Amino acid sequence: MSAPSADKAMAFLPMAKKVPTEAGEFQLPSIDQPFVQGTVATSVGPVPQVRTELTRQDVHGHYLVRWNIGRDHFTVEPGLYAVGRPDAYSSVLVGANYKMSFDLLRQALTCRDCWLLILDTKGINVWCAAGKGTFGTEEMIDRIKASRLDAVVNHHQLIVPQLGAPGLAAHEVKKYSGFRITYGPISLKDLPEFLDNGLQATPVMRKKTFPLRERIVLVPVEFMQGLKQGIPLMLFFFLMAGLAGKGSFTEAALVHGLPPALAVLIGIISGTVLTPLFLPRLPGRAFSFKGAIAGFSLFVLLFTAAGPLTHGYSYLEQVSWLLLTLAVSSWLGMAFTGASTFTSLNGVKKEMLRAMPLQFCSLVAGIICWGIALRMS
Amino acid sequence: MLGDSAANELRMKATNLMEKFHYFEDVVSLELDTDKCIGCGLCTIVCPHGVFSITEKHKARMVARNQCMECGACMRNCPVEAITVEAGEGCVRGVINELLGIEGPCC
Repeated sequence: MSAPSADKAMAFLPMAKKVPTEAGEFQLPSIDQPFVQGTVATSVGPVPQVRTELTRQDVHGHYLVRWNIGRDHFTVEPGLYAVGRPDAYSSVLVGANYKMSFDLLRQALTCRDCWLLILDTKGINVWCAAGKGTFGTEEMIDRIKASRLDAVVNHHQLIVPQLGAPGLAAHEVKKYSGFRITYGPISLKDLPEFLDNGLQATPVMRKKTFPLRERIVLVPVEFMQGLKQGIPLMLFFFLMAGLAGKGSFTEAALVHGLPPALAVLIGIISGTVLTPLFLPRLPGRAFSFKGAIAGFSLFVLLFTAAGPLTHGYSYLEQVSWLLLTLAVSSWLGMAFTGASTFTSLNGVKKEMLRAMPLQFCSLVAGIICWGIALRMS
Repeated sequence: MLGDSAANELRMKATNLMEKFHYFEDVVSLELDTDKCIGCGLCTIVCPHGVFSITEKHKARMVARNQCMECGACMRNCPVEAITVEAGEGCVRGVINELLGIEGPCC
């Protein structure tokens, strides 16, 4: 079966956008990338061969993006790569061009000979890109064509991660490219077993879980994003307390600005660290509720531990801190739905409609109580 | 290959694990038209939460509808369009970006 023209694809694919003019033009990825160790000669030209062991630089890059540093530009060139010495009969595995995904994929293929077809997902991982449609039917058809895959291999099978399925219609890829999709396991750790078992996945390999080790690696990014939102609020309290409080700017900022800033920080830690870590243990189903419970617990713990330090503040001011912690922890706990593996769009919409008014009221009430207490001090 | 008993045990473990991760009941928009279904079973393969199974009559059935996260994998891959779901990402940032009309990142 030959690849269809771009116009034909546009007419038949319901999600088709305007096809860029360069789509489908022959292109192989550059060999001038740090993980390329050579080339494999094919009828269409030299295909870059990738290393399967990760270097210290690779691992360092992973560490940085886990802390939300350079995460928007952590990409590899899309296109066809070789692992080992593949030939026309070797399997073709499809992946995303987020460098983290790409690195873990090539590492999982140590001591194997196969082809990698890397789609241009703009540096987003397979699952998120599939949700947005960039890991999708059109890109797949384009990339097959641009890589002249039908000239490189003499079979018509692609192994695609199961989590790429939200962006793909397997029957449409077959119809327009001739390539048949076989969905591989969810987790890369199951990939070797899947390949060795004649492309059979056990039911366990097909289920997305959310174990502690997966939640832990998400914490730094969540925390950094929480800080980004919380720091302006913390600065606001220091500034307002310094300007409106009694005594010198520094003294007033410390006495009345530090506690609400700490309350915000407690909220950030509760929402972005405690909520992910204790997700299954926290009561309730709504993430906003889980976040609020985490915030309340940490607040009470630290407030009690602070003991005499909190004396001398009015009840109103103390209540304002709690309200701030609850607002922030609930909001950031709810934001963790984006990273979780089981929340639905309609569920999140329902939760937002209920929780956001309460979070907003808690924040505003906290600021007002704090302002009144500041004036009365 | 794993033995049957070992595989079953693992499956039970995974199921128990996921039961701790339950979102709301009865909110998802997933619908299955059994008349259209040809029983190809692709939905049971692509669903990451085991929502579907194939009955003895060679038809898909929703066995865990509340586990659905509306990713849309089943709908996109169903060759006869028997499944409909309002697919999207269950992500607060994504919903807000959509409301504000921003093309922002979600994950």
